Amino acid sequence: MDEVGSKSFILTSITGLAIGVVLAMQSRGTLIRFGAEAVLPNMLALSVVKEIGPVFTSLVLAGRLGAGIGAEIGSMRVTEQIDALEVAALKPFHFLVITRVLACIIMFPILTLWTDTIALTGGYMESYLASGMDYRIFIATAFESLRFSDILVDTLKTGFFGFIVGIVSCYLGFTVRGGTREVGQAAMRAVVGSSLLILLSDVIIVRISMLLFGDAGS
Amino acid sequence: MTEQSIIQLRDLKKAFGAIEVLKGINLDVPNNHCAVVMGGSGSGKSVLIKNIVGLLKPDSGSISVLGKRVDLIQGDELDQLRLSIGYLFQSGALFDSMTVSENLMFFLERHLNLSPKEANDKIMQTLEWVELPEKLNDYPADLSGGQKKRIALARAVIMEPKILLYDEPTTGLDPVSVRMVSDLIVRLQAERGITSVAITHDLLCAEIIADSVHFLQDGQFVASGSLEEISRFDHPAIATFFGNETSHAS
Repeated sequence: MDEVGSKSFILTSITGLAIGVVLAMQSRGTLIRFGAEAVLPNMLALSVVKEIGPVFTSLVLAGRLGAGIGAEIGSMRVTEQIDALEVAALKPFHFLVITRVLACIIMFPILTLWTDTIALTGGYMESYLASGMDYRIFIATAFESLRFSDILVDTLKTGFFGFIVGIVSCYLGFTVRGGTREVGQAAMRAVVGSSLLILLSDVIIVRISMLLFGDAGS
Repeated sequence: MTEQSIIQLRDLKKAFGAIEVLKGINLDVPNNHCAVVMGGSGSGKSVLIKNIVGLLKPDSGSISVLGKRVDLIQGDELDQLRLSIGYLFQSGALFDSMTVSENLMFFLERHLNLSPKEANDKIMQTLEWVELPEKLNDYPADLSGGQKKRIALARAVIMEPKILLYDEPTTGLDPVSVRMVSDLIVRLQAERGITSVAITHDLLCAEIIADSVHFLQDGQFVASGSLEEISRFDHPAIATFFGNETSHAS
């Protein structure tokens, strides 16, 4: 939990801040052209909470944790540490895989909520500096278009992304054969594989949530 | 299984794809006996020892350890048997993320119902036995090669196994460390009556620890006996092995 969660806070905070500030800066000009600057908080909240926050957070975590887990378990495999667990009648799968996958499933949604919060804070900071928007107006406008199901579904789907990162990285680390070169390759494949599966499963989850909750809830 | 045999292998065969690594191995290791398996690189020594502890499954033949068929059992039954077997890995296989103390505690707290004081006392006794009590809070990365092997040996014996399997216990060590680790192996057999199988191509180590030596070549034992008998055996691979080793040592 500590490795997956608290040690990823700075990374996800910076990610969130950058998303919020850049999204607000990029969108402002377009919205002004259509005379719709007032809906900037709505647009930011919907974009961040429903898609950009969960997917960006998961991809960033896939990079950090996929490489870390793949390399760590891969190194344990080639240095016989996994064999040592097995010979000592301990179940390597329980100690190494289940713990990491569970930590990812639990921490991905928590970190996503954190990233969303920081992103909206960044968006507000940009709005305040650009147009002096009052924070009460920003908050009220941002949340008027969000439904509870938006936050719930799109945050919880990152639990599934966490499962993907955990299971793919552990599997690739566990099945390493060879030496340090193969460990490096496993770490790289863990990041690439996890990221691709996150993007693919996101399409499927969004489609399913649209069917269940309607377009506005997707 | 013969009456005194603790480990018995019969016609053990193992292949990886088209490559036959073990081609019908027979071995009997009596109680309180140290059998040393020697042979060149790629002769199948590590595969042999991994079969004995069930890390690899043979394609055919039988493996009996303490009366249990390792090749047939699995799950909890295999885990129960493994509690009677210690294994010293070639690399030591200490857990990098744990201190020496945590490496030893990890096994103790999961298998023995000891109070924290009893567990700490046992760890200290074991570290004193390998003459490294001051390394209690060090990480494996801070240890020398010889120290790692001794800590790994401490971890292998802390559960008080009846059998110890050594995979190249002295590889990469200087002669002083080789003698130190080898002496510990001899003491284990003398003081605790441990039965063991050791894989090594270190002549000094074999000379110190071996009760019997078995020379593995191309997946088969081509000679068995004392180290002296083996060294005089008329076989080209053995002549090359001992000739190279002698010139290397000199």
